[in-house]
Amino acid sequence: MHLEDLAEKAAEFRAEEAAIQREVRVCMAASCQSSGSLAVMDALKDACGDGNGTCHVKGVGCMGLCSAGPLVAVADKDCGLDASLLYRDVTPNDAPDIMGSVCGAPVERLRCPTDQPFFARQHKIVLENSGIIDPDSFKNYVAAGGYAGMVRALSEMTPADVLREVTTSGLRGRGGGGYPTGLKWSTVAKMPAGQKYVICNADEGDPGAFMDRAVLESDPHRVLEGMAIAAYAIGANKGYIYVRAEYPLAVERLQTALRKAKRAGFLGNKIADTQFNFEIEIRLGAGAFVCGEETALMASIEGLRGQPRPRPPYPAESGLWGCPTLINNVETFANIAPIVREGGDWFASIGTERSKGTKVFALAGKIHNTGLIEVPMGTKLRDIIEIIGGGIPDDKSFKAVQTGGPSGGCIPDRHLDIPVDYDSLKTLGTMMGSGGMIVMDETSCMVDVARYFMEFCMTESCGKCIPCRTGTWQMHSLLDRIAKSQGTQADLALLEELCEVVQATSLCGLGQTAPNPVLSTLRYFRDEYEEKLQLPTS
Amino acid sequence: MTLQQAKPPLPSADTRWKLINATMRRNGYAGHALIETLHSVQDAFGYLDETSLRFVAASLDLPLSKVFGVATFYHIFMLKPKGRHTCVVCTGTACYIKGAGELLDGIQAHFAIAPGETSEDDRLSVLTARCVGACGLAPAAVLDGDVLGKQTSDTLTAKLEELD
Amino acid sequence: MPRPANQPNVRVVTLKIDDLDLSAREDETIIEVCRENKIPIPSLCYLDGLSTWGACRLCVVELEGQNRLTAACSTRVAEGMQIHTNTERLQRYRRTIIELLFAERSHICSVCVSNGHCELQSLAQRCGVDHVRVPYRQAAYPVDSSHEMFRLDHNRCVLCTRCVRVCDEIEGAHTWDVMGRGSDCRVITDLALPWGESETCTGCGKCVQVCPTGALVKQGTSVGEMVKDQHFLPILARRRHAR
Repeated sequence: MHLEDLAEKAAEFRAEEAAIQREVRVCMAASCQSSGSLAVMDALKDACGDGNGTCHVKGVGCMGLCSAGPLVAVADKDCGLDASLLYRDVTPNDAPDIMGSVCGAPVERLRCPTDQPFFARQHKIVLENSGIIDPDSFKNYVAAGGYAGMVRALSEMTPADVLREVTTSGLRGRGGGGYPTGLKWSTVAKMPAGQKYVICNADEGDPGAFMDRAVLESDPHRVLEGMAIAAYAIGANKGYIYVRAEYPLAVERLQTALRKAKRAGFLGNKIADTQFNFEIEIRLGAGAFVCGEETALMASIEGLRGQPRPRPPYPAESGLWGCPTLINNVETFANIAPIVREGGDWFASIGTERSKGTKVFALAGKIHNTGLIEVPMGTKLRDIIEIIGGGIPDDKSFKAVQTGGPSGGCIPDRHLDIPVDYDSLKTLGTMMGSGGMIVMDETSCMVDVARYFMEFCMTESCGKCIPCRTGTWQMHSLLDRIAKSQGTQADLALLEELCEVVQATSLCGLGQTAPNPVLSTLRYFRDEYEEKLQLPTS
Repeated sequence: MTLQQAKPPLPSADTRWKLINATMRRNGYAGHALIETLHSVQDAFGYLDETSLRFVAASLDLPLSKVFGVATFYHIFMLKPKGRHTCVVCTGTACYIKGAGELLDGIQAHFAIAPGETSEDDRLSVLTARCVGACGLAPAAVLDGDVLGKQTSDTLTAKLEELD
Repeated sequence: MPRPANQPNVRVVTLKIDDLDLSAREDETIIEVCRENKIPIPSLCYLDGLSTWGACRLCVVELEGQNRLTAACSTRVAEGMQIHTNTERLQRYRRTIIELLFAERSHICSVCVSNGHCELQSLAQRCGVDHVRVPYRQAAYPVDSSHEMFRLDHNRCVLCTRCVRVCDEIEGAHTWDVMGRGSDCRVITDLALPWGESETCTGCGKCVQVCPTGALVKQGTSVGEMVKDQHFLPILARRRHAR
């Protein structure tokens, strides 16, 4: 298949869509479903009537502003309405009003302005289709330019060309560490030909992060396309998606997407009429945060206890069943199709010197607009929280924002003016992580927050290495004592020493980063710890 | 010399065993299908008991201790039956900051069930989860598969009160 | 970074360990080279003849030009490597790790059958652990005396998994494994039922001999009597691998 053939197909699908005069999009991502969007969709369908096929109610992926769900967007060609009319907190009872007013005055009580910074300040690459296309529709994806990247790679580029574009793009792994994706791919590509694997890490375990979930639920084909391009570039013919069992909707949509892509000849044997074969299988996680670590994840795919092993050898050399393996996370793969489609230079023009492109963040906690945003790397933290996020509710004041989950740290107000990228966050003692941002207000106790994360690491420690297994337990009990105002100066000193040992000697990333929340809260909020210490009784 | 391990007979006439067998067959009875198979046992029976663990171990030709090690490593797998209803309280960061602890305290005060426990009448099991991904709706709980967002201790206990 | 794939002819590299200039085959690990050259490196989970586990972290060393510490058991030597095995920082970390182990379960040497012949005890002495600064966990663990010849005392277990590995890799029974996660981990036989009821245990006793502490011992031994003999392991391992 050539690009022209795909373009023809896309044009055909777009023409089908063009015949629909009135389109009502209902957010069907997990968060809006939890707020009752299924019932809203049924009610809208009733209100829509059959409409002779000109009125169409469509379930779409995440629209971003989860706290205002269920969200509904209305478009109508007759009156030039292009889906910029967004309604929030919609109930089934609102359906007649919404449908009855499409070309008249909007229903003001439900109106959610789309010119507000939350929407206007975003730059969407990963989420470009999210909230627009029906995630279960293969046609929708192709009509929106889907699979053009893969077909272009297969028909017009050599694997080396693909590697070059990805390297040029400057894309870095979106799973946390920020390892250059092009370099990772090249390492696997350089390994001798033979059985190689591509793994998509969809075991998004950071509490407070739901970016990958949204991508999988909103635009699953994009992830498959990214994986197929990667497989072509490195010479793999088999892929696995390791996805959390806690995300049933994402799993369901992935399964549908896999089936449809296969039927269309975009996965399986002789993809797009070329000699390239690539199969993808889904593997379910079973509730173990440590399986986000790549060697533990591979152990889990192999049906073993999800315990990490020492590296080297790195997965690129000896991964799944001892074969060279490429592991990237969902968001990384979601960036690939646009990079191949638009070129690495285009991607590299977005973002900062050392962190290219955009980043999806999940805003949660004590903030007005909780939900999902995608902004260029280098956006100021203050802009994200105060402008896009709408600031802190209930007239409270900002205290800290936590990034990087249990491996990250808290950033206080005085550092909010930094541009967000991998390196700036590192200098502040935290990390990008997968992109969760939890905002805390003045009522949050930082010792308590540190204890919470340590409790997390303690229960999620796999138990293999001594520093992590017993060190997190000890640090948690020390933090517990301090939080209950029973700790002493000696306890605090011991806590700091354990932080150092666990960080330096643990086997894998979980243990090595487990002390980060403690170290960063100690760095910026030491007074809160000291206030809770008992005076030595002499 | 290859000693072929004979496939064990199904433990009983219960048709659910066939579902589990199908999962293993789909994966060629390979050892790496262990986690997939345990998922299918739990989907079918609600938990993993000794009979099912022995059956899976024998079918996949895996050591018993390895199967038990895997079953107890992953938090999703339950070795005891759950109550008729299951309420999972999310203790992810966003929910924690917004009061997941109060939800759990409320349940404890009202029904005397601690996380991981089942009420004596087998009506309700209470579990916690590491982020169900509904951070926008924090604090959240999942009741029998349905996500309940923006809960308070009162709304949640009221919901649980209504259960049969 | 990844090493090149298995090369047929193994090269010899030169390296420096604690100011000693040495040469070694490039497929050897740092700990193997240290042992050959009588450079002491503390370790607990590592045992010659078993697969590498890399979990006790006692054998971590400093590599010049690298920030991160490296486990000597799981890292191969390379040309020009400069390794420090006993810096003040490493000594401090090792002491803390041993303290953490002592505090995790109940290691009371004076009443232990392995007293005087315990690897944990001698490690503590060698590393200068004279007291434990972290609080003891005080969790009570059961003792399993159901096996007619051997006894398992979880209170003395350090979860090094030597028993699991020797049973799987050398004996081939895979009676042992680890259950649970984090600090709830425990070694088990079969479906975590009493050892004496195990359907797979051959009673060979290899697990007992490789156990570094008094967790796995012979029945009928009393304080200080349990002496372990591991000389069979490298021999059996060689013969098994040769087949």
